[in-house]
Amino acid sequence: MTHATVAGAHRHAPPQGFLRKHVFSLDHKVIGKQYLDLALVAVCTGMILSWLMRFHLAWPETPIPGLAKLSPNGAAGGVITPEYYLSLMTMHGTIMVFFVLTTAPFAGFGNYFLPIQVGAEDMAFPRINMMSFWVTLVAFLVLISAFVVGDGPPLSGWTAYAPLSAVGKDAGPGQGVGQTLWAVSITLFCVAQLLGALNFVTTTLDLRTKGMSLARMPYSTWAWFITSVIGLIAFAVLMPACILLILDRVAGTSFFIPAGLVISDRLQPHAGGSPLLWQHLFWFFGHPEVYIAILPGFGIISHILPVFARKPLLGPRVMIACLVAIAFLSYTVWGHHMFLSGMNPFSATLFSVPTLVITIPATIVTLLWIGTIYGARLRFTTPALFCLGFVSVFVSGGISGFFLAQPSIDTYLHGTYFVVGHFHFVMGVAAMFGIFAATYFWAPKMFGRMMNETLGKWHFWLTFIGVYCVFMPMHYLGLAGNVRRYSAFTDDYLKPLIPLHRFITVAALFTGAAQLIFLFNLIRSRFRGPQAPDNPWEATSLEWSTTSPPPFDNFGGRPPVVERGPNEYGIGSGARGVDYGMQAAAARVSAR
Amino acid sequence: MTTVASSPAQPPGPPTPAAPPVVEQPRPRPAQTGVWIAIAAISMTFAALTSAMVVRGSAAADWRHFRLPPILYLNTALLLASSAVLEAGRRRVAAHLVWVTLGLGLVFVVGQVVAWRQLAAQGLFLATSPSSAFFYVFTALHGLHVLGGLGGLGYVLRRFDAAGPAPVPALGAAALYWHFMDVLWLCVLVLLVLRV
Amino acid sequence: MGKLFAVVVTIITVVSTAIFIAHTWWLPPDISAHGHAIDRQLSETMISSGVLFVLSQLALALFAWRFGDREDGRRVKPFPGGATPMVVFAAVLVGAEILTLTLVGAKVWAGVFQTPPDPNSLQIDVQAEQFAFYFRYPGPDGRFGATHPELINEASENFFGLDPARDTSARDDIVVPTLTIPLNRPIALTLRAKDVNHAFYVPELRIQQDFVPGLTIPLHFTATQTGRYEIVCTQLCGLGHYNMRAYIEVLPQAQFDQWLKDKAAQQ
Repeated sequence: MTHATVAGAHRHAPPQGFLRKHVFSLDHKVIGKQYLDLALVAVCTGMILSWLMRFHLAWPETPIPGLAKLSPNGAAGGVITPEYYLSLMTMHGTIMVFFVLTTAPFAGFGNYFLPIQVGAEDMAFPRINMMSFWVTLVAFLVLISAFVVGDGPPLSGWTAYAPLSAVGKDAGPGQGVGQTLWAVSITLFCVAQLLGALNFVTTTLDLRTKGMSLARMPYSTWAWFITSVIGLIAFAVLMPACILLILDRVAGTSFFIPAGLVISDRLQPHAGGSPLLWQHLFWFFGHPEVYIAILPGFGIISHILPVFARKPLLGPRVMIACLVAIAFLSYTVWGHHMFLSGMNPFSATLFSVPTLVITIPATIVTLLWIGTIYGARLRFTTPALFCLGFVSVFVSGGISGFFLAQPSIDTYLHGTYFVVGHFHFVMGVAAMFGIFAATYFWAPKMFGRMMNETLGKWHFWLTFIGVYCVFMPMHYLGLAGNVRRYSAFTDDYLKPLIPLHRFITVAALFTGAAQLIFLFNLIRSRFRGPQAPDNPWEATSLEWSTTSPPPFDNFGGRPPVVERGPNEYGIGSGARGVDYGMQAAAARVSAR
Repeated sequence: MTTVASSPAQPPGPPTPAAPPVVEQPRPRPAQTGVWIAIAAISMTFAALTSAMVVRGSAAADWRHFRLPPILYLNTALLLASSAVLEAGRRRVAAHLVWVTLGLGLVFVVGQVVAWRQLAAQGLFLATSPSSAFFYVFTALHGLHVLGGLGGLGYVLRRFDAAGPAPVPALGAAALYWHFMDVLWLCVLVLLVLRV
Repeated sequence: MGKLFAVVVTIITVVSTAIFIAHTWWLPPDISAHGHAIDRQLSETMISSGVLFVLSQLALALFAWRFGDREDGRRVKPFPGGATPMVVFAAVLVGAEILTLTLVGAKVWAGVFQTPPDPNSLQIDVQAEQFAFYFRYPGPDGRFGATHPELINEASENFFGLDPARDTSARDDIVVPTLTIPLNRPIALTLRAKDVNHAFYVPELRIQQDFVPGLTIPLHFTATQTGRYEIVCTQLCGLGHYNMRAYIEVLPQAQFDQWLKDKAAQQ
């Protein structure tokens, strides 16, 4: 195995000056925190958008205080117009999927902890790493600018189906410059994530410290590594797709726009393109993307649960094999988003097979977590609760996928709130619980300060109960045929469902408010929490063998030597305090 | 510098096995690994464009075949030559050969722009036909990556100038990337010859 | 805290499952010839996934209740059999369920989307546009006139872009905003989109299909009950998407024939 200081690995001196230390930093830890801060801003924005949407659905004619000032076009008199609702929805989805679920669990925590967990001083290419953050930030700013430029943000959904997204402003408000900004933003985002994934993979392969074989890597590192591989292929496909979309919009090409379209009484000048081509390219990226969103969560739960169970993860090699299987299968299922799209119906059956087969490794990993807590000595800290909560909500979300995977059932459930409930449970809840678990677990290491446990537990309980109240009823709505992406429910058969929507809205607003507890806890602890020891949770992996927070080169110039895997919990006589074995050979921390 | 309290007593782990015999591990070369990964991602991008081209070609009957500007073949020869020069430069660790490569690479890019002008002179622009659209997209994307490769060569030349040992790993990585630009270009060329 | 977790998870599981079982919110009654197969597939999936859902949530709850750290120095216990029972259960039981659902489901799906329509079907042309559906019947000559996008004119209600002046088969085409069909007769729709993607969804008919610009997509079904039902758009098509609907009227054959005659006379 290699020593982290082998020539070829980029070594840099300690940073000097405010800009170098905190703004244009090459340090993966600072970059990780920058990603997390960006994700925090993004998630607050995305949540506010969702509150506006839910409020409008429940009380479509009630003015929302202050909104008229903020968006005089979209919400004259404080009442959201149908087109503005769709714009809010598009931005909500885009911000959450890209700038929260891909940044926080992967770019954020991964950047911070992957090098430390493999015993390296930094990522393999620190300058490229810094670039990847700044390009992500620019992408975010470009996206957000759609709120204030032209006639508003796009309204074609985060999926931006052509030709609605491709023909330009004839298709509706927001479909002018707003949609182009969206496409530019996503193109930049793809470039940034490719650069990031490059770093993750190279660091994992080449910069592991002495004794850190692949088999001894923590499961979070495995998950980040596998996620990066998925990302390298997925983002490499979305990028040209967005470029072709931009060309259709501004250069008069017709990749996605067929002949003979009459929009706003105007015969469109394009011809020959294929709307289904966009869907294929988009979902070839889009399905692996959702695994990019959840796989780090799998790794994080697998990493954290044993710490608080005081027991090794059950079946670690099976776990890793399942992660690899899921990653591989994720490339074979994209057509299950397109069963009714007009593609050859036989393809639907073909795609449904691997879609259902993915259930098998997903079931195995869930059972491995449940099996891990069998016979455990559970310590119910906040991160532990979020791990247990993750298992519960992932079961709920995964099960609804089982229905949608079957084309015959999807004939009824496609395009309904059943789908909305499904993907929110797996992405909006489970992946978020992974982020929460990671935050509570790693905050002491990142900030050198403990977060408040009481506030953490309040946050957990209100959120856990809240999300079930918000998203479980969506399955009932879907079974009743409630169509999604509607800004109002004016159909005869939908009107009786409005009371359930009001229940969901109230639950959503309460659950959103509960997140303020988290925000308050996070910000206050970051600056004023009690000092954190090096290893407050009695965990084994390398990040706990260094200080809280770690020195700029992670291990004080003395890289650790690894003697065992990450799973040594519940060993020894069982008496408290001596039931685990740390990965690093002996306590090695900076002497300076 | 962060000062650290002495760590608490390490819990005893399982007994460490006897130290394994020392085995020479191959030195990792992160720059090379990085380039291989970049090659995988870039290949995926071009694969996606290739499928898009095939699908678009069969979506409608508006594919207008045209003759590729002959200068493309000259550019190809230049690119291949530049790779040969760079390979020699890599083996001999010779900065001046890297300069030659840089020069040839720039001529290649200029030659591609000339090819575009020739196409435009025939009335074939981006939006004229799906065939011309893909021609421009493929060559532009490849050209952008070549410019990136030129940037990499420029970085290597700066390291040659700076004090310290010759940048052998960086040169190896840059050469790998540059040769890939050849391979990629040949694939694109074959695709264009067959379908455009 | 573990006991609280167990109680909360159990309550959530019981309440949500009860609501599913009670059909408090459920599919509307099926009025189609093929729908019973879909409903059966749905029920089968609901049962098997419901069992999996309840068992895993309750196992989680049970273990959280029982295996908290009581600080009594006891040792942790590995799961009996290790990871093997998990792999076996998933591969065998879940695998078997998947296989069954795939085989049965593929037939149900093929029955709707991969079989040709009955040769006796009533042919109806459907056009979706921002933000309405229009339906076209071939008229007494039994032939549809050709459509020309450049002739589409909303103001003169030439929604399909017909050219009756020069195209004789277009002269008697019947264009209406409501899909009127006879009971128990196979219907063969042809779906076209004027501008962007749309979709055709009638929950009671257990049928759904996207419209794709540039493609003409077939869809067929048979309605087995009279009545008036809503057709709604399920593919995001712009600001009026929420309001894009039409009605489908299923009439007894005799009444339908009369309706068709009346409409033909008006053309």
